[in-house]
Amino acid sequence: MTNKLIMLSLIMTVILGACKNGTESGHVSGVNMIADGEPQVAEVTGAPNVPAPVGNRGPKKWIVNLETTEIEGIIADSTSYTFWTFNNTVPGSFIRVRVGDEVTLNLKNAANSVLPHNIDLHAVTGPGGGAEATTAAPGKEASFTFKAINPGLYVYHCAAPPVPMHIGNGMYGLILVEPEGGLPKVDREYYIMQGDFYTKASTAKKGLYEFDNDKAVAENPDYVLFNGKKGSLLGANMLTAKVGETVRLFVGNGGPNLTSSFHVIGEIFDNVYLEGGSKVSHNIQTTMIPAGGSAIVEFKCEVPGEFVLVDHSLSRAFNKGAIGKLKVTGDANPKVFKADHK
Amino acid sequence: MLHTLNRYTFILIVFLLSCNNQNEMQVNNSLSNTNVTTIQHTFSNTKMVYIPGGEYKPFYGSDSVLTKVAPYLLDERAVTNSEFLAFVKANPQWQRSNVKRIFADSTYLKDWQSDTELPKNANPDAPICYVSWFAAKAYAQSVAKRLPTLDEWEFMAMADETSPNARNKPSYSDDIISLYLIKERQYNAVKQTKPNYWGVYNVFDLIWEWTDDFNSILTTNDSRTGQYEDQSLFCAGSATSSTDVLNYAAFMRFALRTSVKANYTIANLGFRCAKDTIINKK
Repeated sequence: MTNKLIMLSLIMTVILGACKNGTESGHVSGVNMIADGEPQVAEVTGAPNVPAPVGNRGPKKWIVNLETTEIEGIIADSTSYTFWTFNNTVPGSFIRVRVGDEVTLNLKNAANSVLPHNIDLHAVTGPGGGAEATTAAPGKEASFTFKAINPGLYVYHCAAPPVPMHIGNGMYGLILVEPEGGLPKVDREYYIMQGDFYTKASTAKKGLYEFDNDKAVAENPDYVLFNGKKGSLLGANMLTAKVGETVRLFVGNGGPNLTSSFHVIGEIFDNVYLEGGSKVSHNIQTTMIPAGGSAIVEFKCEVPGEFVLVDHSLSRAFNKGAIGKLKVTGDANPKVFKADHK
Repeated sequence: MLHTLNRYTFILIVFLLSCNNQNEMQVNNSLSNTNVTTIQHTFSNTKMVYIPGGEYKPFYGSDSVLTKVAPYLLDERAVTNSEFLAFVKANPQWQRSNVKRIFADSTYLKDWQSDTELPKNANPDAPICYVSWFAAKAYAQSVAKRLPTLDEWEFMAMADETSPNARNKPSYSDDIISLYLIKERQYNAVKQTKPNYWGVYNVFDLIWEWTDDFNSILTTNDSRTGQYEDQSLFCAGSATSSTDVLNYAAFMRFALRTSVKANYTIANLGFRCAKDTIINKK
């Protein structure tokens, strides 16, 4: 009798334990996490930089301030383009929180904006990802609060009509929701976002280029770029690492239209968080990044050299600008790579 | 007792302001009319042009439904800084320090040097901006006019310089979008560019303009939600025809209209006035 009782309670414990695990890995655990303390203003960064990892901290309350702007900037060489942005950069500021965090997002539309803007964060569970709640006329502010309940790397973008135009002009960025305990520690982290740009000369202002709707509809971009500018990761702007270091790239694709075949020439991704989610795949050469999607890729730098980041739909890399570099410095390792000099 | 009554009126007005459909809009109209019954008339010499009206295909709604626009008169240009200055001098209740917040938000007549002085370096002939819908309505009443309806405005806006309906010309809509992208054009004087077919100046190249029923369109601010918006959005988004290209420019106007409330005041949002006419030249 006692044995039976013990047996029964053992079975019950196992069942309950299984249930608990089930909820912890799903939605529910994030929902039920308590965010502590008073809201603090979160640090956000422009590409290719990312804010500090969340580490072991518990869920907290954050205020994220973003400003939507319409600015002229250099898209390639000496060509000026009318960009629409979050915080004056393309891509917009990187937001970094953890699962269970409560985020109040304040969206301010600059007073000299011509158009209304808003934000749809794919990390949000709720109507429009916050788009309607944050719609701000020029000079106005709007805000909403959400709980980050799913870990992952998510795209955010403007969803004001006409949406393809707002995204096509650069209104996108990434928000990382780290799992409890944070992502494993690495030596270097970088923020890269691909986007396709459709341009034509402005009829209203000489020398300025602007969004071309016909090219966008035809999905025939003039530029496919990392971080909103040709050469943003070349020359003095190359990403850097040292031999022996592990690099993590947070890679997003704003689109509005093209899917990216992200590849680093001369490297193999040791880990890929597929589509920016929780599933980790290993030993990947090229990873697909959907428009409005992301991937986290990690690799160890074994040998020195310049490693070229491309969209492996290669006309985009060699003709339309989707190219960047990671410069790795340090001692050669002939066991891994040795060129035979003739 | 009176105090309590005021409070309820206030709550009622706030409640009505928060509503977004046409019926409430009409109630709003009558409320604001009560508010501006004491409006002092001011003189306007703005030339008005005759718009014959007719049937047109609105940007929103189903393709098969045509909307009828009756003949009307429209100011050839936007109301200017100097004209609005004269209005607030004659109507102190519409001066910046006197206006009630529910009728104009905190940026009303922003940058004016005082209640009766325009912003430093402001061109008196540039369009007045940072005015609410209520203020625009009151001004129109002061010159014995009204705001154009959304359909009247959009009907007039189909014209380019040479034809009453240029919607099928790709260059027409492209040019509008190019103009829309230029910032801070609201500081330029009115009538410095060519008028459209009807003789209306600066339809696209200076400011957004209030319409009487600006919030009568049942679009939400997230243009992708709901069946109604999907139709409009994805029509425009996947367009290859020139008519639908126009929708891109129109989409920007509608996006602006759905993002504002009647007490909002914005840097590039002004207005022009309209008037009924019994003339029918058709």
